[in-house]
Order: sequence, then C-alpha cells, then structure tokens
Amino acid sequence: MELVGDAAAVVAEGAGDWPAYLWLGILFFGIPLLSAITLIFWGKRIPKGGDWIAQTAIVSCAGMAIWMFFDVIVGQHDPGFVWSSAAQGLEWAWVKIGNVDLSVGIFYDNLTVIMLTMVTIVASCIFFFSAGYMHGDRDYSRFFAYLSYFCFAMLGLVVVDSLFFLFIFWELVGVGSYLLIGFFYDQEEPPKASMKAFMVNRVGDVLFLLGMILCWNLVGSLQYSDIFAAVSAGEFAALSPDHVLAGWDNHALLTLSGILIFCGAISKSAQIPLHTWLPDAMAGPTPVSALIHAATMVAAGVFMVGRMYPYFTPEALGFIAGIGAITALIGATIGLVMWDIKKVLAYSTMSQLGYMMLGLGVGGYVAGLFHLITHACFKACLFLGSGSVIHAVHSQDMRDMGGLRKKMPVTYWTFLISTLALAGVPMFAGYYSKDQIIATAMAWGLTGGAANWIPLLFGVVGAFMTTFYMFRLVFLTFHGKPADQHRYDHAHESPPIMAIPLIVLAGLAIFAGGTINPLPNVETLWFNELVPQPASAAAAGLELDLEIHRPILHDDLAGDEVADAHGAADPHAGDDGHGTEVAGGDEHAAETGELAAAAGAESHGTEHAEVHTKWTNALHASHYPALGLSLLAIGLGFYLARRMYLVKLTDPAVMAARFGPMHSIVSNKYYFDEIYATGVVGSLHKLNHGLARFDKSVIDGAVNSVGLLTRFLAFLSGLFDKYVVDGLVNFWRWFVRTLSGVLRLVQTGNVRDYLMWTVVGAIILAFIMSAD
Amino acid sequence: MLATLKSLAAPLNSAVVQVEEVAADASVAAAPFVERLDAYLVVSGILFVLGVATILTRRNALYVLMGTELILNAANLNFVAFARFGDYGLDGQLMALVVVMLAAAEMAVALAIVLRIFHDFGSIDLTRTDGLRD
Repeated sequence: MELVGDAAAVVAEGAGDWPAYLWLGILFFGIPLLSAITLIFWGKRIPKGGDWIAQTAIVSCAGMAIWMFFDVIVGQHDPGFVWSSAAQGLEWAWVKIGNVDLSVGIFYDNLTVIMLTMVTIVASCIFFFSAGYMHGDRDYSRFFAYLSYFCFAMLGLVVVDSLFFLFIFWELVGVGSYLLIGFFYDQEEPPKASMKAFMVNRVGDVLFLLGMILCWNLVGSLQYSDIFAAVSAGEFAALSPDHVLAGWDNHALLTLSGILIFCGAISKSAQIPLHTWLPDAMAGPTPVSALIHAATMVAAGVFMVGRMYPYFTPEALGFIAGIGAITALIGATIGLVMWDIKKVLAYSTMSQLGYMMLGLGVGGYVAGLFHLITHACFKACLFLGSGSVIHAVHSQDMRDMGGLRKKMPVTYWTFLISTLALAGVPMFAGYYSKDQIIATAMAWGLTGGAANWIPLLFGVVGAFMTTFYMFRLVFLTFHGKPADQHRYDHAHESPPIMAIPLIVLAGLAIFAGGTINPLPNVETLWFNELVPQPASAAAAGLELDLEIHRPILHDDLAGDEVADAHGAADPHAGDDGHGTEVAGGDEHAAETGELAAAAGAESHGTEHAEVHTKWTNALHASHYPALGLSLLAIGLGFYLARRMYLVKLTDPAVMAARFGPMHSIVSNKYYFDEIYATGVVGSLHKLNHGLARFDKSVIDGAVNSVGLLTRFLAFLSGLFDKYVVDGLVNFWRWFVRTLSGVLRLVQTGNVRDYLMWTVVGAIILAFIMSAD
Repeated sequence: MLATLKSLAAPLNSAVVQVEEVAADASVAAAPFVERLDAYLVVSGILFVLGVATILTRRNALYVLMGTELILNAANLNFVAFARFGDYGLDGQLMALVVVMLAAAEMAVALAIVLRIFHDFGSIDLTRTDGLRD
C-alpha cells in the first residue's frame, strides 16, 4: 500500500504520530485477524484448543470499543461527531490506475462507535458461551479460528470509510458465514445450507456491485464523505454518451443506484425475496446463529442502508419500506407455525430485520438503527438461550420440551426478559426502538396516500404475531408438562461459562434503551440524541431537479423525506436543533424552527416548510396512538398464546384446521423454496442441459472426429510397425535360432564326447605337424 | 589354414625336434633295446593310447578314472625316460614325483565327484551325465 499525499510525510516521522483513533481502527480488525491466523495454523497445538486466544482478542477489542464509547459517546456527547483518517491526511491508496483511485481509511461517527461497542460486546458473550457449547468438539480450535475471522471481517466492515471497502468486508463476512454454517461438514444439512447461503447472497451482491458502479459513475468516488458531499451539493458527473443508461436524469439514476445498493442488503439481511438462506443457515452451531445470523452480519445490511442513508431518494426509500414491511409480516407469519426452536427465532430475526428496513424506509432513520442495536442484544440472548436448551435436551423440536423452567432457571429468566424485549413490552429495550418504528410508520401513513398505511398495518400485525410466536415458544419450552420425560430428566442448567453471557445479554436487553421510563421523551433517548437523521438525497433532488420533480415534491408520498432531509442538510440543524426541544417531540421537530427560518429566504422554502410541518405534526400525533396500537397487539398476542399453549382453552390443531389453506401455505414457508427450485433452479437446469447437449454433440463431436482420425493414422502406422519393423526383428530371431539349433548338436554335454573331439583334434594336429 | 595351424604348433615342433635330437644322441644302433629311448617312448605311447581308449569307451566312471591314471603314468614314464637319457639332472624324476602326488590328490577329488554323481543320478554311467549341454 502506498500512502497518499501528506500522509507519507506524517508516516515518515514514525507511526507513533498516528492518532489514537487510527490505531484503534486498525487494531479493531487486526487483533481478531491475528487470532484467526494463529488458531488456524497452530490451534490444535495450543493448550485448550486456543480458545483463550480468541477470547482475549475479542475482549481486548471490546475493551477498546468501550473505551471509545466512553470517550466519544459519553465524553464528547456530540451528535455531529465525525473523525475520519482522510480528514487527517491519512489514507492509503489501494488501487490507483489512471483516474481510478480507490483509497481506504478509517471513519468514525457516533453510529460507528455504537456499532463497534455492540458487536464486540455481543461477540465477547458469544465467544465465552461457545467455549461451553462447543466443549469437546473435534474441531474446537477451528471453530474459534472462524469466529475470530468473522469478527475481523465484521469490525472491518464497520470502521472503513468507503463503500468499496465496505463491500470487500461485506464479502469477507459472507465467507465467514459460509464457513460457520457449514462447520459440521460431515453432516448432510450444513454443507448444503452453507452453499445456499453463499449462492443466494451472490445474487444480491452482484446487484450491490452494479449499484456501486453506478454510484461511481455519478460521484466519481466511493468514499462516504465524497458521496455525501456530492449528494448535499447536488453535483453529479454526467454519464458518458455511450453509457447504457445515458439519457436518464440524475434523480432516476440516483433512485436506481440506491435500489441496486439496497439489493445487497436484501440478500445479506434476509429480506423478501432473498431470505430463503437464513432459516437454512440455522444448520450451523447455535452460537454462530446468535452471532452471525441474528446479531451482527445480517444487521450489516441495515447498517449499510443507514450508512448510505443520504444517498437514497424518496422513491428508493419507499421501495425499502415496502420490502421491509412485507418481510416483517411474512417472517412473522412463518414463525407462528414452526416447531423447530431455532427456526422460530430465525424467522423472527427475518421479521425484525424487516422492521428495521421498514423503519429506515419510512424516514425513521434513528428508529431503524436503534432497533438494530437493541435487537442485537436480545436476539443474541434468545439464540444463546435456545442453544442452552438444545444443549440440555439434545433436541431442537419444541414438542420434545416443556416444563424446563424449574430445571433451567437462569436460561428461563434471561429468555423471558429477551422475549419481553423482543415483543416490545414497555421498560424493555425493544420497546423504545420498536415503538419509534411503529410511530414513524403511522406518521408516514398520515402524510401520504392510502398505500402509505401498508407499513403501519403490516408492522402492527407483525408485532401481534411476534408476541404470539415468542410466547408460544416460551410456553412450549419452559412451561407446562414435560413432553418427553426422558429428555426432561436429563436436562440440566448450563455451566457458568454459558450462563454468565446469558445474564450479561439479558441485562443489555433491559438497559440498552438507556432508560426504564415507560413513557420517555423520545427525543432525549440516548440514541436519538447522538445519531441524528442525516441529509437525504431528497435534498439533492430538491436543489438539482427542482423544476422537473416538482410533482414529486408536492406529492405527500415523498414529502416527508424531502422535508426532514432538507432540514438536516442545513449545517446548523444538527447542532442547535436539539436545543429548541418540543415537548413529546421527535428529532424532526427540532429542525422545524431552523428550517422555517431558512425558508423565508428561499423561493421554494415555504412549501418545504409546510410539508415539513405536516410531517412533524403527523409524528407528534402518531406517538400515543402508535403506542396504544402496539400495546394492543402485544396484549392480544400474549392472550392468544396463553389461551392456546398455556391454559389450553383452544386447541392449536383446531385453529390450524380453521385456517386450513392458509395454514398449509404458511407451514410451507409460502413455497418460496419450491418456487425457486422449479422457477429459477429448474430453468437453469434446462439451460444447463441444453448447454450440455451442445457440448456433447458439437464440441465433443469435433474432439471425437479428431480422435477417430488419429486412431486411423495410428492403425496404419501400426501395420508398418507390425510387418516391416517387427518382420526384420523376427527374421533375425529366426536366423539366429536356426543356426544355433545346428550348432547345438555338437554340445552333447557328455564329457567323453568332448574328450573324443580333443583327441581327434590332437590327431589332426599331429598329422599337420608331421606333414613337414 | 594349414599354415596357420603349423605356425601355432611351432613350439611343439621344436620340442619334437629336441626329442629327436636327444633320441639321436642316445640311439646308438648297437645299443640293446632297453638302452634305447625309443623303447620307453613306445611303451609310454601304448599306455597313453590305452588310457585314452579306456576313457572314450568305458561308461563306468571308475574305469574312466583308471584311464586317466594310465595317461598320467604314460606322462610319468616320459619324464623319467627323458631324464635318464638327456642331460637334465634329476628334474624329470622330481616332476614324476609331483605328478604322482598330484594324481593322488586328483583321485581323491575325482572319487568325491563320482560319489556325488552316484547320489544325484542314481548311477555312475557317464553317458547320463550330460548336464553340460544346457
């Protein structure tokens, strides 16, 4: 790597001059990488399989992250905090060809620091839990090597400063996921599941790459700072005339590029329609499901959308909201009927990721990302709890469980706390984030047309189902009578190394919201204060294509993002906004005053201010109704689950029969796998068979005719060899043999004959000599 | 070819000539028959021919051994005769003693071989021992 510009001079004076933040950024992914390399090469020779190396590595990362958290979040407490190595002149050129300059550096803002803290703490818990869960496994050290490798990729993904390097680490976490899903490579399911996860992710990643290429065409850089600068200035490069999309206007290009980039998140975060890999990924070890397929990697898609938030146009955000809403609902419905404890949690994860996307899409940037953080804590706890249960009863089927509450008190209580958090019960972490999503979705409905109500509808129905399936899970597993007495008798509480991580995560599931006030002022929640909504591409569209897109701006469907993003685009909005707090308000409210002031100077400002005020009012208006709706959903879900699975007033089988066709569709996961198997995979097979026939008849035909010709020539050559060359050799053989046959007659083997010949010879000699 | 053979036999020729010279010295026409070298040579020749004939005609290995003894003794007679009539000191007699000793040793080895032959072939008929052919 080559240092760019001033950085060379800085580094020439010695690495000691690097700022501490840069060192931390490098160490965040450097330490786990070192641990992974050590373990993969020497793991089996290190005492205890080297688990302590991996644990030390991740705990030191967690220590650094917590230090940063206290330094940045608690200490500086600045919503506008940004630190990037590029701004310090420290940047490394990775590829420099012509005018293509891909540089990499470290980038922190509050979101990065919070993500780092979340990932490292959750990962630390899971590393210790794994030491108990995987104890005695043949490939114990390989497991920790892969986990360390995954942490390297995930932390790298969080700290890099450009979309391109995010993509590289994005692919690296994909490899980590592939390795860990297929960890039990000698069983039947895991290798297939890992291949499926990898292939399905390829689909999204190719589209992501296309979106990035388009972004490169428009901005000329993939650095976040350059992208955001271009978006807020509304200055985009013109496409070259021979570009395939030449002739599209910038707004449409931005929308297309945004949707393509979001497609990467569709596959990585298991959104409809590329979600099919996530349930299958549960074939991996349970700690892996907790770390990768619930808390961190699948959340990377949400993180990426959040990171690129300013880049998305209203249309792209609408698309994101739609996909998220459908995913939230479909994931929840499938979760209702699954019997496998991990599958329920997998579909729950998918549904919750849908919520996050929904939140981001409807303009609730803070809500979506806040849910990402809180969800990671309690979903990791739920997965580890399920791992603890599986470890105890050696089954994943909830019909084999029941009554485990008394046997496994720690697991039960932590699981229950996380379930309450996931359901969004007030005072638990999930409540603060999920409720914001519902409220924002309601505001979106209020400010738009009929179609805008869909996210709210799906979200509330999904919330009801979430509560239902989670309490179904709790009741079937921990309450009631043991379904399998033998398994129940052998069940036992997990050892402390597994129980303590559960307790830590359950603690986070309560306190990650930062408050236990059931009716908080949303705006003063720590996350809302520190992660302000950034300017969106809508602002760029506003200034760039004002005349062309006037209809869109006037359309309330897009109005919300346009307005609030424009507000945030104002340089003072983030700083001063929170000072003018409106009671019970949201961060949007804070920007209103600022915007209204600026509006007068601008010709179009008044309209925006009107739209913005409408949005803010809608948000305020929807706050309590949304709370009421979600509480209603939770209550209904809990009541039904209790009725069907705890006191058993209603037989689940009767309910299933009543909703017969629907039940079978949901039980079969909406036939997604079958549709892909016949539609995509089937037609690909047909194509491949056609190609195989071409290969056989044409290519193999050519090869075979050359083969035949060679064979004929060889036959002729063989004849020559046989009759001419071999003939000569054989003639000499015959000649020598015949001659020797004659000569052999003399050799009788009888000594007296030889003597006779000697005498005869002597007599002849005597005659010759006497002839003189 | 004949000339080549003759040149090869040249040393032999000279030996014969020497013998003839020795004979000429000793052959005094008037000398009695026992005083003449010829007589010994003739007896030796007869012994030699008898030995060879025995070897060539008899099948029994013991007879063949006896034939070889006859040949050796023919040679011994020659040694002694030439020593008696030539000016060679006691060389001839010494050589004859060596030959006798040698013959004894040879006979010991030969009888051992014959025993082996009997053991392997079940007889000492030399026409059957044609193992040298292959």
